[in-house]
Amino acid sequence: MRKLALSDEILLNIEKPARYIGGEVNSVMKDKDKVDVRFAMCFPDVYEIGMSHLGIQILYDMFNRREDTWCERVYSPWTDLDKVMRDQKIPLFALESQDPVKKFDFLGITIQFEMCYTNILQILELSHIPLHAAERTDADPVVIGGGPCSYNPEPLADFFDIFYIGEGETVYDELLDAYKEWKGSGKNRKEFLERAAEIEGLYVPQFYDAAYKEDGTLLSFTPNNAHAPARVKKQAVMEVTDSPYPMKPVVPFIKATQDRVVLEIQRGCIRGCRFCQAGMIYRPTRERNVETLKEYARAMLKNTGHEEISLSSLSSSDYSELKELVTFLIDEFKDKGINISLPSLRIDAFSLDVMSRVQDIRKSSLTFAPEAGSQRMRNVINKGLTEEDILEGAGQAFDGGWSKVKLYFMLGLPTETEVDMREIARLSDRVARRYYEIPKEQRNGKCQITASSSFFVPKPFTPFQWASMFSAEEYTRRASIVKEEFQAQLNRKSLKYNWHDAQTTVLEGVMARGDRRVGKVIEEAYRLGCLFDSWTECFHNELWMQAFENTGVDIDFYNLRQRGADELFPWDFIDIGVSRKFLYREWEKAIQGEVTPNCRMQCSGCGAASFGGGVCYEGKN
Amino acid sequence: MKARIKFRKYGVLRFIGHLDVMRFFQKLMRRADIPIAFTGGYSPHMIMSFASPLGIGLTSDGEYLDIELTAPVDSREAVRRMNEECVEGIEVLSIRQIPDEKKTTGMTILAAADYLISVKNGSLPENWKNEFADFMTQKEIRVIKQTKRSEREVDIRPLIYRWKIQGESIWLQLAAGSVDNLKPDLVMETFLSVCAIPKDSVSFAYHRLEMYADTGEAGKRNLVSLESLGQEISM
Repeated sequence: MRKLALSDEILLNIEKPARYIGGEVNSVMKDKDKVDVRFAMCFPDVYEIGMSHLGIQILYDMFNRREDTWCERVYSPWTDLDKVMRDQKIPLFALESQDPVKKFDFLGITIQFEMCYTNILQILELSHIPLHAAERTDADPVVIGGGPCSYNPEPLADFFDIFYIGEGETVYDELLDAYKEWKGSGKNRKEFLERAAEIEGLYVPQFYDAAYKEDGTLLSFTPNNAHAPARVKKQAVMEVTDSPYPMKPVVPFIKATQDRVVLEIQRGCIRGCRFCQAGMIYRPTRERNVETLKEYARAMLKNTGHEEISLSSLSSSDYSELKELVTFLIDEFKDKGINISLPSLRIDAFSLDVMSRVQDIRKSSLTFAPEAGSQRMRNVINKGLTEEDILEGAGQAFDGGWSKVKLYFMLGLPTETEVDMREIARLSDRVARRYYEIPKEQRNGKCQITASSSFFVPKPFTPFQWASMFSAEEYTRRASIVKEEFQAQLNRKSLKYNWHDAQTTVLEGVMARGDRRVGKVIEEAYRLGCLFDSWTECFHNELWMQAFENTGVDIDFYNLRQRGADELFPWDFIDIGVSRKFLYREWEKAIQGEVTPNCRMQCSGCGAASFGGGVCYEGKN
Repeated sequence: MKARIKFRKYGVLRFIGHLDVMRFFQKLMRRADIPIAFTGGYSPHMIMSFASPLGIGLTSDGEYLDIELTAPVDSREAVRRMNEECVEGIEVLSIRQIPDEKKTTGMTILAAADYLISVKNGSLPENWKNEFADFMTQKEIRVIKQTKRSEREVDIRPLIYRWKIQGESIWLQLAAGSVDNLKPDLVMETFLSVCAIPKDSVSFAYHRLEMYADTGEAGKRNLVSLESLGQEISM
């Protein structure tokens, strides 16, 4: 029987002990003496969040297909266990073997959002691994980062040995093979990292030097080691249909946020919204074959016993075989008590018909993401959704019996005026008005329109990477203007408005476009006690502000400054295929309020065609 | 047709709570292709009911859930399929057909349960066996029973049906179910406090052994295991 790293006394006195015991259905056990490489794969948040992440399930499956490798999972201990582990000096362990992470060959950390950075330091410290890559020895695991935030890895540069830039399916095998070769060779850690730096897509931060100008901006960013390339090329798997996909994903005992089979139907997005980082870094758009997806759905439902299946992509409506796939799922599984969940669908006659077949209209709500209230603003961000589309879609939905609508907006976008802000409330009201056009006896009571706004954070590798942000006070002021406008609307009793916290927005801004000097703020904030910053109950803005003060790092330099056309960015050494020239052209068009057609309408020459596949070559064979 | 599943819960799965065990079995039914019936409506759910939830930290050799089948299954074959899809910590012991009447579900007819209690950490005083025997020979054992809404004093002695010292462990047969229900940890807590044994000097492992229905008449108890009320299905 498996022995646990934690005693009964500890497990019975913390929240949800099942987070730490492993042994779930489809988790992989191997004989540790019969593998060459032990890989601890970590999502630096609590188990229920981490277990919901598709990327880790893909890599877990891919690594464990190798006979010589055993990949196990690690998540952040919640604050109750964190304290116990520190008090009793219990090292952080992986779920499957319950062995200390410190004994592993690799610690891989996926970095999905900026507000998890202090959790990364927690993982390292609880594992008894030195926080700084420079202080690690041959006895420590190789710490490798990946995921969307590694497209600007610089704020975390000191803490990682390697960053993997791009999709994991391409060069991990090469890295693991190189590791095996190195392990028996008697060479030192630095020599292994030099070998890793030669693999396309891998970035070893300690082999690069950053120099700064007097005004604080980056002067140069150059390799200091002959093995490190000047530019690191993003990895993208071009044959998505043939790439590994987990037929037996791990099924948690406790309810995870995503408690369902997830079918990734495509990667990338043709739309080109200018605020969206995913839309740029995952170019070009690549679709999985629909027949393969049908087989996957059958096998995964059977192997997990899940009662729900969900499609995953940035914009499901753009998947060319959507109708075929959705019809199959309904015909095949609806009668077997399987729920079918269809996120990120454009609301039109087809999607409404499908939704009316898979959910209870009276209870479910429809979601639109206009992102901005005015048409001018939607043109700036290149969101190709018109007011007509929204009112038409909502109208059809109301006629079909729905009465709940959710609307998502962003505040603080470049060029935003007070009119644009107020339009958020007015557009929401026009949606409500459309509902009340239905004769009273035919409608289903009042409608509920819930509008939510988040504050816009400019991200690297988007046309808005040049944009300036605002202070927390200014964000709050903008939200209160919107709030006030909501109260002035005719249908205010049917409208609800929520907005996102402004303080974390400011921090996200610094982390998203920060350079190496931001690392010391993260470390100081962690030392002061910051952890689980994305959890409202754990977030302490005053500690973060203290950390900025203690380290002398200036928030305004990163957030309020308008970046110049020629400024060298900390992330410019990464080549994502999409050119900086294209992004700047898009930035200029944004200011003019000019839209750019999507990839299927017309190629805009972004540069992603250099990958030699996907939407760029559709119909060209 | 209705069927009753008996299973064991052991090892690290003692840290999985009752609701999660339910979720586990819902998914297990699908993985093992058990033809279980659903309720109607937009969000159909499996027709499944557990005899009695087992608390976090406890292990058991005799847990029960009743399900409704849309087609008969062969007992041996179904047990094999379910165990193939199980994980370490849960083992299906049997699946048996039970009568269709509503009042026969495990939850309704549950009357008693057996527990084995042993010292997990710390120790009991040397003469604990005598002290426990004295504790049990009392005519009544009055305790304050706390529920979510109220506190009331009850006599738990009549709810302890049988007891014995078994090696270094204590075996108890306790009232269970919706009428009277006694948890073994309440018995042990009361024993410690009556004998003035410090609470933090010892902790116990609780293991449920079996659950029973009462088929006796005229106030005479006749306990039979829930499993014995069902019949093997062979095809």
